[in-house]
Amino acid sequence: MSTADTAISDEVKQKAAEAKDSLNEHTLKTVHWHFSDETGSPFWLAKKSELKFDPLKDVKSFDDLKKFPEFEDEWLRGGPVDRWIPKGHQGKPTYVFETGGTTGIPKSRVVIEDHWKDYELFSDTLPDEYFPKGSNWLMLGPSGPRRLRLAVEHLAQHRGGICFCIDLDPRWVVKLIKKGWMEHLEEYKKHCVDQAVTVLTAGHDIKCMFATPKLLESLGEALEEKGTSLQEVGIKGIFSGGTEFTPQWTKFCVEEMLGGPASEGGIYMTPTYGNTLMGLACSKPITAEQGYKISYYAPQPRAATEVVSFDDYNQVVGYGETGRVKLYTLTDEFFVPGFMERDEGEREAPFETYPWDGVSGVRPFHELATSTTVGVY
Amino acid sequence: MITLSPLRWGKPYESLDHTNVVHFDTGEPIARIGNVGGGIVGKDMRQAHKARETLLQHSTDDLIERCKRAAVLFESADLTVGDSTQSVDQFVHQQSASTGLPEHMCRSNMTKNSFVLSNIDQILDCLTRGLDLSILSRGYGEEGRGVTVSYQCQSPVLGAVLPNNSPGVHTLWLPAIPLQIGLALKPGSQEPWTPYRMVSAFIEAGIPKEAFGLYPGGHDAGGAIMTKTPRSMIFGSAQTVAQHEGNPKVQAHGPGFSKILICDDVVDDWENYLDMMVESVLSNSGRSCINCSGIWASRHTREIAAAIADRIGEVNVLPPSDPDAALAAFTVKAMATGTWSMVEQDLAESGVEDMTAAFGEKLIERDHCAYLRPMVVHANSPDRAVAAKEYMFPFVSVVECPQAEMLKRIGPTLVGTVLTADQSFIDAAGSCVEIDRLNVGPIPTNRLNWLQPHEGNIIEFLFRSRAYQMADLPVAAMTK
Repeated sequence: MSTADTAISDEVKQKAAEAKDSLNEHTLKTVHWHFSDETGSPFWLAKKSELKFDPLKDVKSFDDLKKFPEFEDEWLRGGPVDRWIPKGHQGKPTYVFETGGTTGIPKSRVVIEDHWKDYELFSDTLPDEYFPKGSNWLMLGPSGPRRLRLAVEHLAQHRGGICFCIDLDPRWVVKLIKKGWMEHLEEYKKHCVDQAVTVLTAGHDIKCMFATPKLLESLGEALEEKGTSLQEVGIKGIFSGGTEFTPQWTKFCVEEMLGGPASEGGIYMTPTYGNTLMGLACSKPITAEQGYKISYYAPQPRAATEVVSFDDYNQVVGYGETGRVKLYTLTDEFFVPGFMERDEGEREAPFETYPWDGVSGVRPFHELATSTTVGVY
Repeated sequence: MITLSPLRWGKPYESLDHTNVVHFDTGEPIARIGNVGGGIVGKDMRQAHKARETLLQHSTDDLIERCKRAAVLFESADLTVGDSTQSVDQFVHQQSASTGLPEHMCRSNMTKNSFVLSNIDQILDCLTRGLDLSILSRGYGEEGRGVTVSYQCQSPVLGAVLPNNSPGVHTLWLPAIPLQIGLALKPGSQEPWTPYRMVSAFIEAGIPKEAFGLYPGGHDAGGAIMTKTPRSMIFGSAQTVAQHEGNPKVQAHGPGFSKILICDDVVDDWENYLDMMVESVLSNSGRSCINCSGIWASRHTREIAAAIADRIGEVNVLPPSDPDAALAAFTVKAMATGTWSMVEQDLAESGVEDMTAAFGEKLIERDHCAYLRPMVVHANSPDRAVAAKEYMFPFVSVVECPQAEMLKRIGPTLVGTVLTADQSFIDAAGSCVEIDRLNVGPIPTNRLNWLQPHEGNIIEFLFRSRAYQMADLPVAAMTK
């Protein structure tokens, strides 16, 4: 047991134990849903015959998911995508969201309502003071076949507002970077930010927004060049997300762009970390006192993350130690028993709000980092 | 361990994001650098005008004197660098440890930087063709022929994305300060030493600290410097240079492809020039853009190549503190192995011969770094791909080419040393737009005359010559 482990209070330990029970129960239910002939998806029912165990009998807890072989992201490339739709959901309107795709076939994930549910849960974590119910939103992030646009739009609607969106094709951004067309990249970023400035200054009563870190930075700069600011155009709450979200960037954002913490600058900013498989992970509140450290907590039990050893992906590292991020998706729409993320980070202890493991310092996995291209989001 | 913090118009900034500078051979951390992102650079660049304003409060004469004092401090004093006091010996040792350059080469680069700064008045006099520098300060003035001339400053600061491992190039941004133009520099991740020590020397010599921005960081910080400063320089590969071609805001410094051309009237006496050729190839471990990468002649090329190979083929790896060390380490091992793969491809082409083959293995791999030992190859025609190559170690192609074809075939050439008494060839070389710096006679390519511009005149880059007309008002204007 690490020293960090011993620092967890008895109250949090109790809550963590309850959360683990809930996760175990949810795991059992999810596995039975996806591997039962009546409700399971064609993909998992076919996979069942290749397994050396019977998921319906041998999975009794979350830890038993380690019996599954590693989930291969190649399985998500190409069709038919309806092989992923559980029979229990057949006939319902279905979305397909994509990730990647600069070259080759993008990874796809079918979704029915998961993106709505994720964001409704996330909505409960937003302080109403800074994200006033009924106010309008701006979505300044990737559009096209990504789930983010629809999810943020649903968040705005769920909170009683209307969402304004911009066009942003991140695949074009990655291409521009790979080609070294940096001037074009700047122009494209400007094109996206111009759309945002136009919306924000057109009397739409927008008080809340989503933005990627780089676009938020550019938006702040563009407004400043026009002699105004995020505060002056009426923004009160921002949630922002992306793996490029670092403590250093947060310090810059809070101290220099937003004029200090919400109590001083008037804008509340919360980092988030999301992807097509997991949904939206929330952050432990960030503070200057804690060096703007960012710790993410998956929306357990719908998804869970572990920080595992680089040498053994079934071995969780100690609290505070570094490892690769492993993801489990456990919803009735999609099941992923152990997907190795392209990220690494440090394992964080449970706390009152999220009494389960978190991950901090998320950054590209060092063995893959050199081949990762980070664009405007 | 020394910590180097970003400097925002003279004020150290406490970053939360640090990278370690490590010893090239042991991997041990030797410094910790705080990084910033593009947002901070962008924010600071909105205040860049203040850097120039603060420098304009000092006359150019005053700044020149302070630069000369800074030159002495840079080369000889204990200076505050980051959170530590740094002696000259420590500077040399740290620079060698992170760049892989032998210590005596670090010292000679230090001397070179200091020399430029201590002779900055003469250098500016030559680069401006004798212009009274107060005309640059004021923007206009009388040149002495009864003609008003005007030079408009194009940027309050000069941005620069500096290289990782070439301490000699810092001479290029030094003139900005006496020209009353601030500096926004992104130090190289392995060679932060020169910019940090030089800025410390400038400040110690009394130049306002508000003139200096040092922004260590990743591509994001470098990109912001390039896009937010109206004039910037960048150091990189041929691909980097190509990206910025034709962009008046950017001066891109890449490989030099510097060459020696031996004409038919002197080539039979090639042995007279052997020392000059060896120095051109081997100096500074062949790492500079001014190192010779090609020697062209119509005959005796195989003998020339063999003679150079005899002189440099045996050069081997020595400890960086050894005064005879002639090779710099590739601090990123993959750079050496990648380079070696490209060389192997070059050698596979028919008509290309490795004249240093008898001198043993070229790629020397260590735990944390690698070396490439000197190579001389012979190419029987300019058609061979190796004739247009340049690598970051002592590597030269001796190319057989008829004299009449040389100037048409040499391609971009930063420094061209022409060995001939044939005036028509000298004239043709003078007109050849492929050659930037022309040396007529046995001048090694690596020897620079600092009174001459290097890859573009910095005055023309930072100032625009334009019309300026004045007439008296018919009536006196109201004054407040």
